[in-house]
Amino acid sequence: MTKLPNNNILNISNLVKYFYTRQGIVRAVDGISFAIRERETFGLVGESGSGKSTVAYTIVGTYNPTEGKILYKGQDISRESRKRPQSLKKEIQIVFQDPGSSLNPVRTISQILELPLKVHDVVKDSKERINKIAELLDMVQLPSDYLYKYPTMIGGGEKQMVGIARALATDPSFVILDEPTSALDVSIQAKIINMLVKFQKEFNLAYLFITHDLSLMRNIADRVAIMYLGKICEIAPTSEFFKNPLHPYTQMLLSSIPVITDEEEELKPKKIISKGEIPSPVNIPSGCSFHLRCPRKIPICSKDDPIMVNVKEGHCVRCHLFTR
Amino acid sequence: MSMPLLEIKNLHVWFKVFGGILKVLDGVDLIVRPGEKVGLVGEMGCGKTTTMKSIMKLLPMPPAIIPEGEIIYKGKNILKMSSEELQRIRRKEISMIFEDPTAALNPVFTIGEQLQDAVKYSGSESLKTKTKENIRNRAIQALKEVSLPDPERVLRYYPLQLSGGMRQRVCISMALITSSELLIADEPGTSLDVTIKDQVLRLLKELVEKRGTSIILISHALGLVRGMTDRVYVMYAGSVVETGKTNKLFTNPLHPYSQGLLDAIPKLTGDGIGEGISGRIPEYINPPSGCRFHPRCRYVKPICKEKKPPFFKVNEDHEVKCFKFQKKGDEIAKQ
Repeated sequence: MTKLPNNNILNISNLVKYFYTRQGIVRAVDGISFAIRERETFGLVGESGSGKSTVAYTIVGTYNPTEGKILYKGQDISRESRKRPQSLKKEIQIVFQDPGSSLNPVRTISQILELPLKVHDVVKDSKERINKIAELLDMVQLPSDYLYKYPTMIGGGEKQMVGIARALATDPSFVILDEPTSALDVSIQAKIINMLVKFQKEFNLAYLFITHDLSLMRNIADRVAIMYLGKICEIAPTSEFFKNPLHPYTQMLLSSIPVITDEEEELKPKKIISKGEIPSPVNIPSGCSFHLRCPRKIPICSKDDPIMVNVKEGHCVRCHLFTR
Repeated sequence: MSMPLLEIKNLHVWFKVFGGILKVLDGVDLIVRPGEKVGLVGEMGCGKTTTMKSIMKLLPMPPAIIPEGEIIYKGKNILKMSSEELQRIRRKEISMIFEDPTAALNPVFTIGEQLQDAVKYSGSESLKTKTKENIRNRAIQALKEVSLPDPERVLRYYPLQLSGGMRQRVCISMALITSSELLIADEPGTSLDVTIKDQVLRLLKELVEKRGTSIILISHALGLVRGMTDRVYVMYAGSVVETGKTNKLFTNPLHPYSQGLLDAIPKLTGDGIGEGISGRIPEYINPPSGCRFHPRCRYVKPICKEKKPPFFKVNEDHEVKCFKFQKKGDEIAKQ
């Protein structure tokens, strides 16, 4: 992969986040590296407990990374958000999964949208602020009388629109979308996704899109990474990823997707049948963490953890089958 | 054609609440024939679960009232059955799998206690004598059927000690412990991960096909319904708007709502995502007149606001409730 460092908005190298609990060490994120380019949608896919949300929270600074480096436009931000410069916080925003619990129920929509404008001094004058808030609401196609409503009075999709408006209020250049539509119906999901795609073009945003829905990824991501138990198994450009999946776990995931047309059915790899359970992140199997469920296991898999290898231009996979 | 196992005719369910009457179900018609796998799809709040709960008479009454409609199971109206009859049917003939296996299992009893209770009261025919030994063996056998490893140990476990996928397997084994004739599965995979969901549902399909049990699969995940069912009903705001063979309906949806719904689903072929459907599901306290979809419909005609469309037959096994498909000879006298 020819990396042009200037082009990357975010560089993550060997990021590790452990949680120390009474049951043992939870290896939520265990040494992952990737880069996100400007104006790109980077898809991070994984099942529950794979550590995708921990990655998101570490990047925004909710968690302090145990190890590793996060570089944002060349600046080191691998620490908690309160130790980061204010100007950087403005640049990185997040939209949460559950719009019901990420909006304060005792604040009006107007108050919710005003807070980031105030904190980051985007608009200083309080009268102008009201105009800006109305503008934000208009941007996500909500009527202006919503200003004085409370989150409980509006629908789930509309709440998520407010969440998006709040994230875009500070004019960021990098937005993390943590399963923004998984709690919503498909017809509302379609509307929100289309809106996000539009905003990306309009404001030149880079997205880190976290989801468990591979079909959704197929349609919006430029590159996709698959996570399993805190590690990335495979990274590839989207079309290559779906045409030529290499890691056995990716193949298992792809063949498990329920689809609605025959054309899609033909695109799925057929051979691999899903089996086994996802192990607990406290007690990760030795060697490659996937070896217990892997249909193409070889003896070395239970001993050594494979390293990431570059198979093709931009297509990396972490599996012993491809290490020579 | 054989006699239907279950037939729901023009079912209306209302809820009396503080603000007025929620007119949730607005004439649901649904037929399940013996051995048939039927899907019921629709978005959140369209009345899928209310329909299912009224089949088992699980709706709390009040606030629920059923002003109109019949649910006929093997020729008898469930809504008019005595409680003993109903108990017998719940115990032996219709079983159910719920969305959230964690909530469906009692956290303070072991899997063994719960499963053995199910064996004891289900009147499973395979058990001649109900000795403790027999009951336990039957429970172990049930767990083996759903391919749970080490069933003896699972019997001693509390639900919290199992993973989500294992819990749902236990629920499936419990539902299939009786040789029931109808299985109602309400979003059986929704709370599980993709690879685990795939395993559990493949297992469910195998077991159901082996025993010839009829199944109603309720889900908002259309892909899942496509893989599991022969025929499908699409529900919107309390009524069935379209029904047909699953494969045919998904490739050629006719009702504007079904079209919007299928268009909105992201596809693996990667041709972008449809626009979705503008607006949202109506309030049930004061639902739109005529066709409940008309405020969101792009083909709306004056008649849609006045009259409820009946089913129009488009071809064999494909019916749709939309005036767009009204032919000259069709009458609308039904309403």
